[in-house]
Amino acid sequence: MSELHHIGLSGAAAGLRARRFSSVELAEAFLGRVERSQDTLNAFISVTRTQALSDAAAADRALAAGTGGALTGVPIAHKDLFCTQGVRTTCGSRMLENFVSPYDATVVAKLKRAGAVMLGKTNMDEFAMGSSNETSYYGPVRNPWDPRLVPGGSSGGSAAAVAARLVPGATATDTGGSIRQPAALCGITGLKPTYGHVSRYGMVAFASSLDQGGVLTTSAADAALMLREMAGFDPNDSTSVEREVPDYVALLGEPIAGLKVGLLKEFFDKGLDAENGQRVREALKVFESLGARLTEVSLPNLPLSVPVYYVVAPAECSSNLARFDGVRYGHRCEQPRDLMDLYRRSRGEGFGAEVKRRIMTGTYVLSAGYYDAYYLKAQRVRQLINADFTRAFASVDVLIGPTTPTPAFAIGAKTSDPITMYLNDIYTIGANLAGLPAVSIPCGFVGKLPVGLQIVGPHFSEARLLAAAHAYQGATDWHTRVPEGFA
Amino acid sequence: MPLTREQIESIAALARLELSAAELPVYQDSLSRILEFVGALERVDTASVAPMAHPLAGLTQRLRPDTVTERDHHAEYQQNAPLTAAGLYLVPKVIE
Repeated sequence: MSELHHIGLSGAAAGLRARRFSSVELAEAFLGRVERSQDTLNAFISVTRTQALSDAAAADRALAAGTGGALTGVPIAHKDLFCTQGVRTTCGSRMLENFVSPYDATVVAKLKRAGAVMLGKTNMDEFAMGSSNETSYYGPVRNPWDPRLVPGGSSGGSAAAVAARLVPGATATDTGGSIRQPAALCGITGLKPTYGHVSRYGMVAFASSLDQGGVLTTSAADAALMLREMAGFDPNDSTSVEREVPDYVALLGEPIAGLKVGLLKEFFDKGLDAENGQRVREALKVFESLGARLTEVSLPNLPLSVPVYYVVAPAECSSNLARFDGVRYGHRCEQPRDLMDLYRRSRGEGFGAEVKRRIMTGTYVLSAGYYDAYYLKAQRVRQLINADFTRAFASVDVLIGPTTPTPAFAIGAKTSDPITMYLNDIYTIGANLAGLPAVSIPCGFVGKLPVGLQIVGPHFSEARLLAAAHAYQGATDWHTRVPEGFA
Repeated sequence: MPLTREQIESIAALARLELSAAELPVYQDSLSRILEFVGALERVDTASVAPMAHPLAGLTQRLRPDTVTERDHHAEYQQNAPLTAAGLYLVPKVIE
């Protein structure tokens, strides 16, 4: 039973149903790994051992009675911006250090109904604003492949936890790359669904036209299972799309022979690390050998993604984070002199440096006299980027390129210059601006560090992306590699 | 054009953020650089382009039926409040 942590999400679900091990055994095995690695990785903000073991015991009773769901007894972790009733939700911020949600996020409720057992809440960049998990009030997460390096962000805790096999699957969110970028840097599979496919209800808002919940797992097959259980229409989310959730697991075997793959020209730019790019080109050869047909595709406006994003996202952030006023919930300063002092000091103390930077950027671009020049202009250029994608998908089924320009970088290496940090998301932001689904899968190594390959598809093409990723993972074993020290 | 210290103070006031004297020059520098960086958008011709309002074209705001679906959560919600009394949120005196 010492190898339980290698079974993955689908393996855990199948093993539990076959009663090869119990949910309590599984929870104990993973909780032990979570607790033993906390000092090294700092992947969790809260570990809910007591609740997890009690939920696992209940899952075992359900399995014995034959009343289990698709994930009954399977351990998972939630990024600490999904509200969990009775368990604190910090969003990586001092602002919400003592916030205990009175309700469950829809994603949390759905996974609970499917039978999943939550082991805890994972660390993240504060309010999901960051690409390295260094902006967390609870300290940086460390990359399991090399603890001197960042795991990526903002879902760095979820990614490090899955990569180190502390948990077989974790929820995450992606506003500009926050699922795919840490998936790439940690050598795991990360799927950002189509905007509107996974409910945002109970997900602490950052940039509402870009935010989308998704999954981090070790394989595409596991991502398919977890996504199937958490996606779907939610009347509590006003931008949720009314649409049947396909059985992503059943569709994994869809053949990819004849798949028209567009090689994203703009992604193979001068910013791309040569070896990183080489791994992606090798992966493309594998896709060709599986019957995919490659053509080069150009999206000329795509290089403008990052500047568009750093107007639109801060604008929406400044508006969303106005709710933190020190009155109804969240941090409140000591001895306020008057109401204005209460607002300003509560927010000044409760938010960290990067969050304040984005609130101020957003406030500026939305302020009188600047709105047209910045915000409206950015939304116009966003339309051009969106049109580029639409044009591309008229001739290809999916677009493929690298997920990140480089493998994981050192903690502290990019904290002094925000622009350098923002450029980590240069290949991922486009999908958010256009609301497209995209997946990152491991495709090899540069030295000892994993490299991510990104597949982007048209709206609601998750099944196609997962089938392509699954076919690749059937032909390669990169996704089975485990960081030294966590084998 | 770099932002002035006064502009940063004004933005911080609009955003209801208290900044320390040490923070001001840091944000003055980084916000100026961010605005210069996003200034690349100025050079794009968007004369005939409508601003994108939503990532999914054609999606309109959904309305829900006008029926009561929630009960009163007042007491639960106030458990997260820093200061309350008699079911009210307390703030410093606003009117002298």
